[in-house]
Amino acid sequence: MSVATLVAIRQRRLRTRTAVVAGLTAGVVAAFAASLMVGNTFYGPVDVLRVVSGQAVDGASFAVGDLRLPRATLAVLAGASLGIAGVTFQTMLRNPLAAPDIIGISAGSATAAVVGIVALGLSDTAVSFLALAAGLGTAAAIYLLAHRNGFAGTRLILIGIGVAALLDSITAYVLSRASEWDLQSAMQWLTGSLNGATWASVAPLAVACALLIPALLLLGRDLSALRLGDDTAAALGVRVRPTRLLLILAAVGLLAFATAASGPIAFVAFMAGPIAARVVGSGGSLLVPAALTGALLVLVADLVGQNAFDNRYPVGVVTGALGAPFLLFLLVRVNRSGGSL
Amino acid sequence: MSTATLAVRPPSTASVRRPAAARLAWLGLSVVLVLVLMAASLAFGTRVVSVDEILGGLSGTSDGIAQAAVSARIPRTLLAFLVGAMLAVSGASMQAVTRNPLADPGILGVSFGAALAVVIGIAAFGISSPYAYIAFAIVGAGMSAVFVYVVGSLGYGGMTPLKLALAGAATAAAFTSLISAILLPRVDVMTTFRFWQVGGVGGATWDRVALAAPFAVIGVLACLALARGMNTLALGDDVAAGLGENVARARLLGWAGAVVLCGAATAVAGPIAFVGLVVPHVCRLLVGGDYRWVLPASAIVGAGLLIGADVVGRVIARPDEIEVGIVTAVIGAPVFVWIVRRQKVREL
Repeated sequence: MSVATLVAIRQRRLRTRTAVVAGLTAGVVAAFAASLMVGNTFYGPVDVLRVVSGQAVDGASFAVGDLRLPRATLAVLAGASLGIAGVTFQTMLRNPLAAPDIIGISAGSATAAVVGIVALGLSDTAVSFLALAAGLGTAAAIYLLAHRNGFAGTRLILIGIGVAALLDSITAYVLSRASEWDLQSAMQWLTGSLNGATWASVAPLAVACALLIPALLLLGRDLSALRLGDDTAAALGVRVRPTRLLLILAAVGLLAFATAASGPIAFVAFMAGPIAARVVGSGGSLLVPAALTGALLVLVADLVGQNAFDNRYPVGVVTGALGAPFLLFLLVRVNRSGGSL
Repeated sequence: MSTATLAVRPPSTASVRRPAAARLAWLGLSVVLVLVLMAASLAFGTRVVSVDEILGGLSGTSDGIAQAAVSARIPRTLLAFLVGAMLAVSGASMQAVTRNPLADPGILGVSFGAALAVVIGIAAFGISSPYAYIAFAIVGAGMSAVFVYVVGSLGYGGMTPLKLALAGAATAAAFTSLISAILLPRVDVMTTFRFWQVGGVGGATWDRVALAAPFAVIGVLACLALARGMNTLALGDDVAAGLGENVARARLLGWAGAVVLCGAATAVAGPIAFVGLVVPHVCRLLVGGDYRWVLPASAIVGAGLLIGADVVGRVIARPDEIEVGIVTAVIGAPVFVWIVRRQKVREL
């Protein structure tokens, strides 16, 4: 293959990639706009724009400004955080099934939140902080337990599964002790829901996104090198251990803040990466496409859950119903082909 | 050379061949321990009763509260015995046929298959009889077991512990989310289900014992009959085939026995994780790697573990009770982590 063809291929890839990223961004913007307009009452684009720009509009000011805008913002931020954190784990551990939902990284937040809601009767804010602390703690525990004669991704995955099984049984125990009312709110929290979205609950996540997403993007090149294996990455000049630690810290931080704000929205962290990989094609970093895909998934799933049925379903039920078959499909594919994203 | 004289090494445990006397001693000791635990299970609970009262309760009088308590604890103890034995034998068989140290009905997502089937049964077909529960649970367990097994062994390198565990965890995650999608709009079913989901023997009645017993007897006997085949399977498919073993048949039968056992156990007691994982490993340390010893030892030790965990759960949070599934998870998860840490990375 001549250099010229290589260059041509690279340029074509870059063009596809740019087009796809632009398309995803457009999709996110469109879905965001749709979730501001659609709801119990429909408001046209003009009304919505006026509300967003700060003018008072009868009715729309409350419905759009106080209810739909924070909700849609939370959807975008949580989706993007889950997507980018998920793909970080999947790339680092070289296994699309090693998403945080499956290897127990999110289980700690879930258990802590259920304990907070049911046993301690905490307020929403306190539950969020508890979930945040527990999420970070669980991730640290799994990481330390998996460390023995150096780091091994396979061991991290297996230990994560074991820890998740333990935490899940504690969750089940606490749920079995819950009153009907607490049970409903705990179950809703566990599936992931945007119902509690207010500017106060969005703010911490927004700060986390502003700090941690750029950090992950800066580490993106090293992450791609880590995918080739520790030795190769080291040979390419990556300082493997600190890089990995930073990646895990940033990803877990995003995950924990997103989980604290919206609950562990089922399978978004898991689905975003593989979907993005299919759309973008191989090669290149998946961080940005996965973040956009995650945001798009949550926005669309929430639109569907809120408006498509007689009952209003929390967003996690929709992504879960979508994600479960996709997970099984991917499981078959990955094991057959040997496991790239 | 007959199969019996081969040192059979299961993948994880560096098994030592123990002299028959030592194995018998360990087996006898476990039996004694189980008897002691059964006595403890009758005696301890929210209310502690005396020996006289236990004997009174056992002989059928239920005059005082204490004797009534004892007679309520009898089926509970027996159910714990059965479920523990079923889960442990099921785990041992799974570990044998998959040649995988991490095989366990809970880890492999089989219990969630049973749970999903039961939930679908409750929500869509309105089942309520315990026989229907068992039937649905066994079908669900069987289908998810086959699925996880097939998916876990696809592709390059065959079935590795990592692939199997991930396939199980992913399937469990998928099933859990399907379960909550079915349950969330139906509060009444949710309430029934969450008690079942914890995994316990608390509501035991003679009916449930009678329901579980035939499955336990048939399943355990079937697995015991296959013990020799499991020994040859542990040597690897090629060697096993060379020794004249019908590999596919032995594996299928062992798998079927394991699925019936864990499906029935899950149906009567809910998903109880880690018993099937931990007990066979402990038993291999005690009696070596020969499945003709591991299986009966697993049955006894599994029964003991579940009865013991049930007693602990009753005593530790008096007057409340902690379900046995929680206690076994708290005991079992560290053992799981320990097993994983022991493995060399390339074996995962």
